[in-house]
Amino acid sequence: MTHLRGFAQRWVVFVGVLVVWQLLTMASASKFFPTPVSIVESAGKLWLGGPASQFWLHDNVFVHILPSIGRLLTGWLGAAVVGIALGIALGRSKHGVDYFGPLFAFLRSIPPVLLLPFFMVIFGIESPQKIALIAFGALWPILLNSVDGARSVDAVKTDTARSFRIPRGQWIFMVVLPAALPKIFAGLRVSLSLSLVLMVISELVGAATGMGTQLVDAQRQYEYTDMWAIILLLGVLGYALNSLLLVLERRVLSWQPTRNAQPSTVKAGG
Amino acid sequence: MTPMLEVADLRHTYGSGPTAHTAVQNLKFEVAAGELACIVGPSGCGKSTLLRCIAGLIKPSEGTVSLHGDKIDRTPEDLAVVFQDYSRSLFPWLSVRGNVEFPLRSRGVARAERRKRAEEALEWVGLSGAGAKYPWQLSGGMQQRVSIARALACQPSLLLMDEPFASVDAQTRFELEDLLLRVRHEHESTVLLVTHDIDESVYLGDRVLVLSKSPASIVADLTVDLPAQRDQITTRESKNFVALRSEVARLLHNQPAAEPEPVVRPASSAAEDEAAAQRFLEAEREQTRQTSR
Repeated sequence: MTHLRGFAQRWVVFVGVLVVWQLLTMASASKFFPTPVSIVESAGKLWLGGPASQFWLHDNVFVHILPSIGRLLTGWLGAAVVGIALGIALGRSKHGVDYFGPLFAFLRSIPPVLLLPFFMVIFGIESPQKIALIAFGALWPILLNSVDGARSVDAVKTDTARSFRIPRGQWIFMVVLPAALPKIFAGLRVSLSLSLVLMVISELVGAATGMGTQLVDAQRQYEYTDMWAIILLLGVLGYALNSLLLVLERRVLSWQPTRNAQPSTVKAGG
Repeated sequence: MTPMLEVADLRHTYGSGPTAHTAVQNLKFEVAAGELACIVGPSGCGKSTLLRCIAGLIKPSEGTVSLHGDKIDRTPEDLAVVFQDYSRSLFPWLSVRGNVEFPLRSRGVARAERRKRAEEALEWVGLSGAGAKYPWQLSGGMQQRVSIARALACQPSLLLMDEPFASVDAQTRFELEDLLLRVRHEHESTVLLVTHDIDESVYLGDRVLVLSKSPASIVADLTVDLPAQRDQITTRESKNFVALRSEVARLLHNQPAAEPEPVVRPASSAAEDEAAAQRFLEAEREQTRQTSR
C-alpha cells in the first residue's frame, strides 16, 4: 500500500504536466508546438517498423541512436578509467596535487564545447572527435572527486593498515578505493549527464550520424514532431542511464549505513 | 632468555629548533613472554608516541625497540595493534568476517584457512555468528571485540593495545576487560596495554609501568600482586588492589618531577596544563598526518 502511494507520489506531477501539455498544444494551432500524442506517433514512425531480423526497429536506430550511445559510453568510461586511476594516484601522493592543481583548475574551467573546433582539426568529424570531446568534459568531475575521495582515508585506518603490513595492492584496492568510492560515484553521476550534453552538441555540427545530427536535420526540414521526438528520447536516455548508474551505486555501496537507513532518498533519485 | 619486548633508551622528539617537543625520553623497560604489562600515564604525556614507536609506526629519534631480539624498524609481522577508535579502525566496507580476515590475506593464508581462523577468532571474543554483519550493525563494545578478534587472528607474539576500552561505556568496559583476561590466559599472549585509567591498569596488569608527565619516562615499575583469576567486584575491593591503585595514583599525581613543583598547585595551572596537553596532542596529530602515507 505504501509502495503504491510512493509510486503515485513520484509520478503524479509528471503525468499532470503531460496532460496539461496535451491540452495546451491542442488548443494552440502553432506548428512549433505539436501535441505529445503526435510526437509519440512520430517517434513510432521514426524508430519502429523495421524487419523482424532487426527486432522491428527502424534503420534509424542503428544509424543514429546506437552510435550516439556508443560514443557517450566510450567517452564516459574512458574518462572514468583515467579519472579514477589518476585521481587515486594524485590523491595519495604527497605533492601531486600541489603540482597539478593549478593546471587542472584551468583546464576544468574551459567549457569543453569550445574545444570542439580544435578536436575537429585533430580528430576529424567522425566518432573519435566526439568521443575525445565527451571524455575531456567528463574527466574533470571524476578526477577531482577521486582525488578528494582518496584523501579521505582517516589516520586511524592508515595506521591500522600499516600496522598489519599490508602490501600496496591491498592498500589501494581494499582501503583507498572503497573509502573513495562514495565521492567517485558522485563524480561519475555529474559526468554522465555532462557526457549526454556533449554527445548531442558534438553531433549538432559536422556529423553524418547520431541523435544530434538527426535533431538538426529534422529541424531544418520543418519536421517539428520528429524534432520533439528526438528531444524526448534524449530525456528518456538521460533518465535511464542515471537510473542504471544509481542501481550500480546502490549495489557497490551497499555497505554504507546511511543508504539502508534512508531508502527514500535513493528511490527519489531512481 | 631474551625478553619478548625490549625498549632501550627510547627518546622521541617532534620537530626541531625552538618548537621541538620531546614526547618521551629515557624509556627503558622489558616485557617477558606471556606477561600483560600496563602502561599508565597522565593524559597527553606521550603514551601514544611510545606505543607508535613500539608498533614501528614512527621511527624513534633515539634508542631501539626489539621484539624477541630483532630490532624493529617497521611493524613486525607478529605484532598486532588494537586502537582506541574502533569505529575508524574497522573497515566499514568489509563485513565483520572480512575485517578479521583482512590482515591474513597478505600473510599467505589460504582462503579456506583464512575463513576458519576468522571464525575461530570471532568465537574467542564471543561473536560467532556475527561474521556476515557489517561493523555499523554492531554496538561499540562489539565493534571493539571485532578489532580484538582481528588482532588475535594474526596470532601475534605481542599484542599492543592503545587505550582499547576508553571509548566504551563502563559496563561494556568491564566485560571487555574480563574478555581480554580470559583470552590472554587461553592463548598465553603477551600484551602491552596503554591506558590513562589507573583502576584498569591494576585490574588487568601483571605489571604496571607508571609514566611521568611529558616528556614521559618511567617513574615506577610495579608488580601487581593479585591472583591470576580476577573478578570485577571482589578483586576491586581487595586490600591489595586498593593499596596498589592508591600507590599508582600517588605516583601519577605527586610525581618527583625533574623540575621541582609546588605540591599544592593553584587552580590556574591546571588550565595551563590542559592547554599544554592540547598543544601537544595537536603536534601528535600533525605528526600522524605527516607520517601517514
